Amino acid sequence: MAQTFVNKSLFAFAAAAMAFGGFAGTAHAQRDPAYAAARSAGQVGEKMDGYLGVVGTGTPAIQRIVKDINIKRRAVYTQRAAAKKSTIEEYAFTSGCLAIAATVPGEKYQAPDGSWQTRTNAPPMRDSRCAAA
Amino acid sequence: MTCHKLILSTHAAKPLTDRGTRVDGFRSKLAGAALMLGSTMFSGCVTVNAPSEPIVIELNINITAEVVYRLAEDAGNTIEDNADIF
Repeated sequence: MAQTFVNKSLFAFAAAAMAFGGFAGTAHAQRDPAYAAARSAGQVGEKMDGYLGVVGTGTPAIQRIVKDINIKRRAVYTQRAAAKKSTIEEYAFTSGCLAIAATVPGEKYQAPDGSWQTRTNAPPMRDSRCAAA
Repeated sequence: MTCHKLILSTHAAKPLTDRGTRVDGFRSKLAGAALMLGSTMFSGCVTVNAPSEPIVIELNINITAEVVYRLAEDAGNTIEDNADIF
């Protein structure tokens, strides 16, 4: 009895999720608010290697966010690198080129000399190999 | 006079594994260590300046622009599909 109820609830939930997913189609999951806030505040930045970095000393909370996201990124890079027959580092670096290009003014990114830069309206300083990305 | 020992490691992300290179790398490291030891005995102090070139570039030295070109489209889709972590 209880089991049936659970099953029915799950089914309803799944149906609702599918309905939402239907029109949400292209709008994928959004950033966690804490992560979004840290990005805007310049507490985290996009590194050249395709991973997120802590800008400055960072708080334990910021460090946890960065670590968590980087674990997830690495999982995605690993999966896609295998599919494209590239190394994880190559795939991550390419993604880094794109992630740096996608930063918006005010956000931090790592310049080719390794320094943290604040994105302005001008194109970001990227590694020369990023030109193709 | 106090001396601070600073060890800088500039290993590439992908170590060379071609035959011989690993051994040669080890030998050159040994030679470097011996040289440092020698100079230490004379001056009594080793001065290590910060590298002028950022080490971060060397991490990705194996990646070519061609590879970036090949992967760019797929990586773009991946970022779009995982917008929550990018």
